Amino acid sequence: MFQHDRLSNEITLFQKIKNLDYILLISVILLSVLSVFVMYSTDGGEILFHTKNHFVKLAVFFPLMIFVAFFNIKFWHNFSYIIYLIVILLLIYVSFFGIKSSGSQRWMDLYLFVLQPSELMKVAIIMCLAKYFHRIKIENVNSFTSITIVLSIIIIPIIFVISQPDLGTSILIALSGLIILWLAGMKIKYFIYSFITFLISLPFIISFLKPYQKLRILTFLDPDRDPLGAGYQIIQSKIAIGSGGLNGKGFLKGTQSYLDFLPEKHTDFIFTLFSEEFGFIGSVGLLILYSIIIFRIIRIGSISRSNFARLFCFGYAFAIFIYIVVNLSMVLGLLPIVGSPLPIMSYGGSSMLATMIGFGIVLSAKINHKQMIA
Amino acid sequence: MIRSNSGIRKTDVINRRMFIIGAAKVVVFVGIVARLFSLQINENKKYLTLSDKNRIREWKLPPTRGNIVDYFGNIIAGNLKVYQLHIIPEQVENFNYLLVRLRNLLNLSDKRIARINKLKAELKPWDSIIVSENLSWSQFVKINNYLYDLVGVKPVMTISRNYPFNDVYTHVLGYVSQPNEEEILENEIIQERFVPGMKIGKLGLEKRLENHLIGTNAIQRYEVNAYGKRINQLEHQKGEQGSKIRLTVDTEIQKACGKLLNEKAGSISVMDIYTGDIIAMYSSPSYNPNLFLFGISQDEWQLIRNNPLKPLINKTLSGLYSPGSTIKPIVALSALENKVIDTKFKVKCTGKMELYGQTFHCWKEKGHGWVSLKNAMKQSCDTYFYEVARLLGVDRLNITAEKFGLGKKVLGDYFDNEKKGLFPNTKWKKNNLGKGWVLGETLITGIGQGYIQSTPLQLCMMTAQIANGGFALKPKIIVDSNPISYEDAKQSMESGLLFDTDSEELLDKKLFKNQRNIKIVQEAMFASTNERFGTSYKSRIDDPKYQFAGKTGTAQVKRISKRERELDLELEQIPYKDRDHALYVAYGPYVNPRYALSIIVEHGGSGSKAAAPIAKKLFKLIIDRHDLRNKQSNFERITV
Repeated sequence: MFQHDRLSNEITLFQKIKNLDYILLISVILLSVLSVFVMYSTDGGEILFHTKNHFVKLAVFFPLMIFVAFFNIKFWHNFSYIIYLIVILLLIYVSFFGIKSSGSQRWMDLYLFVLQPSELMKVAIIMCLAKYFHRIKIENVNSFTSITIVLSIIIIPIIFVISQPDLGTSILIALSGLIILWLAGMKIKYFIYSFITFLISLPFIISFLKPYQKLRILTFLDPDRDPLGAGYQIIQSKIAIGSGGLNGKGFLKGTQSYLDFLPEKHTDFIFTLFSEEFGFIGSVGLLILYSIIIFRIIRIGSISRSNFARLFCFGYAFAIFIYIVVNLSMVLGLLPIVGSPLPIMSYGGSSMLATMIGFGIVLSAKINHKQMIA
Repeated sequence: MIRSNSGIRKTDVINRRMFIIGAAKVVVFVGIVARLFSLQINENKKYLTLSDKNRIREWKLPPTRGNIVDYFGNIIAGNLKVYQLHIIPEQVENFNYLLVRLRNLLNLSDKRIARINKLKAELKPWDSIIVSENLSWSQFVKINNYLYDLVGVKPVMTISRNYPFNDVYTHVLGYVSQPNEEEILENEIIQERFVPGMKIGKLGLEKRLENHLIGTNAIQRYEVNAYGKRINQLEHQKGEQGSKIRLTVDTEIQKACGKLLNEKAGSISVMDIYTGDIIAMYSSPSYNPNLFLFGISQDEWQLIRNNPLKPLINKTLSGLYSPGSTIKPIVALSALENKVIDTKFKVKCTGKMELYGQTFHCWKEKGHGWVSLKNAMKQSCDTYFYEVARLLGVDRLNITAEKFGLGKKVLGDYFDNEKKGLFPNTKWKKNNLGKGWVLGETLITGIGQGYIQSTPLQLCMMTAQIANGGFALKPKIIVDSNPISYEDAKQSMESGLLFDTDSEELLDKKLFKNQRNIKIVQEAMFASTNERFGTSYKSRIDDPKYQFAGKTGTAQVKRISKRERELDLELEQIPYKDRDHALYVAYGPYVNPRYALSIIVEHGGSGSKAAAPIAKKLFKLIIDRHDLRNKQSNFERITV
């Protein structure tokens, strides 16, 4: 056993390739191919700006995922804190020197593409917390010190992200962080108490929301109060999805998107276009594809020997799940509109970069699932 | 290395917690699928409809109005292709340059340019601006020649109302123009079919028959994008042209009427005495209805409005005149019917008649001497009719006059400007003026002056009903669904019965007690035109084919003072406004009569000089066209 462990430390490239999780890999490839076709449809059936860029990003980030996977999971464990700190630094940089666009400041120009560090934080926070809980003893999980530390780890990036302002991403970061706390065994009563506290302070929080955010909540509660203004997006989104029916209107035949009734169809509302063109069957198919990915990540987590890998995989599976749920609930009119992309499908480099890195680490955990981390 | 207890416990905790989360995930995904199911399967129809509502927009095109034709099928209100010029602003490279070019090519006014600029600011860039609604052919050709230089300009061919005979039928047809808001709201059909640029009937039959003439919209369905821009045409649904309406009128006779009344104010009506068909109905002066199609210019409008001869008034239907001596046949008939007089009854005319200290003058100062009915009618002796009226009384006269159509609308509600006129009686005066009837008023009523007011068409119908032997007529101007031929109408009348087209029954429509009395009046009218000393003897036609019988009338428009009577001024010496109206009613041919007419020349002077000669010219044409009219037996069935 001892020897075996040592052997796995010196795993060959061939073995690495052999040990990749092919179900996950094929699912991601399928999703990527699908996303290119959908992007092609948003361009009105032509290979234009969005299709080209999306394809190029996939062509760069997919190999990056494999590259990430070939590093030992131990390496990622060792660098987790540093990665977290680097992303924090990037967030600080952005808050001072970031690019402003439509009222918020969340991007930095990397010459080749524009990076949104808050997207990277979605993965970095899982890595950081997974490492923290991997290292401390189970008895100390609920100690005052550790709670203080992990809450700081969560709250610090959120402060930066929320001030950009970007409510959607900060909620996703918070949820990604909280799930690790849950998985690590933090007492259930803490979650219940803080949930109650949250509910009580909700009116107070709302009073701190920006007017446009309040408007979004009002619009969510009653989209018809301003059908051409604030409610326009959600109404048009529901029309597109609803009119798709069982089989959809057919590829490139979604009138709602083709005739520009759909807003943000490349990014947050990409599912709307997909659902209009491919219908209920297509939408459920897409959900199944995502479920397979999530299931595979959980499976990799459960065969991992190290708790770091296990926590990361479970946490990341939940994160992917929550991105999907928040995005779909939003376009289906179940949640207020918060900016939240659909993993891989939505146009957007940073989100794809973060997602691919996450998958890379998961694959690394798979390759090295027998690896113990001290 | 052996894993610590703590490590194993930690793994257990993580796995347990993961299981809880996993279960929660399944629940949430099921929830999302349920939501998808409800939107896409349950409510699919609702959202499909909404999606189509989003993307499909309908454009209605103006409907094509039905044609109006005369009795012979000639189009008198039709449609014409017109050439229009549109600009589509989004296609224009340099709008100001384009306007300068167009201004030079089409001589556009500054006002027009300003209007185009205003429209450009108001409309969406892909909505076309109409630069010119009606380009001449030469302008259209010019534009097409320079089209390479006029980017964004679109020459368009469209359809517009057209009146090929210009002013000939204006008062019958009216005209079309753009509706105002009230007119759109008033009529549901217009409201439903309205599109900008559409024209509706504003007057006359065009207005009355709007719902039949209007036609249905052609509809173009387009797919539009979120900004309302047309992407592609999905469907073109053809509209139906409005119903064709055939009138009873004869364009040749109508045109002749126009010529005969040239530069005079007045009216001519011609009627078939058996069918009641209106052959002509001309009010003079007229105006050109084509001017109103594309918006009449202020100058042209003022010219029509300020014309002292009042072209805007339909004198045939809305002009109220004292019938003057043309009423005498009715007075005579009423007296005969009431057995107040007979053919042997004579009155001595001394040129005037005294009653309660008031003097009533005959037109002939020296008097006619002893006159019988025939002579009195022939020479239009006023004294005779004063006496007859006195003996008859106004109430009995009123009954006969109303039987013959005076004081009632002739065409019913076909023309909302038709007036019903007035034939007074004692009750009317009591009710309306609050005063008792004075015998002197009976006397002047007997010569068609005083309160009595009639329209030219009423006089025409009155004459027609005398001419056909005393049978009630129902005048009409539209050839209806159940037309009765001339022969059938005549035959049914001669049998003493009349076929009523409304109830489709044979009805007794005798207007007389004894037809002999009608004959007496007819003979007297014949004498008036065809015997020496008759007032219209000079206008007679001897050829029995055209020979007609008639009665002149000269209606005073103001009281003649003693001094004026003594002066006996010539027509030209009297101010236009004070001159008498000249009237003439007639029917012909005398043997087997077919048509009746009434002529009024406003301020024309005496009926025998100004009105009767017109009849002479007209009758030849009317009779000559009779055979043609009779041959036109292919009655088109049109339901109105």
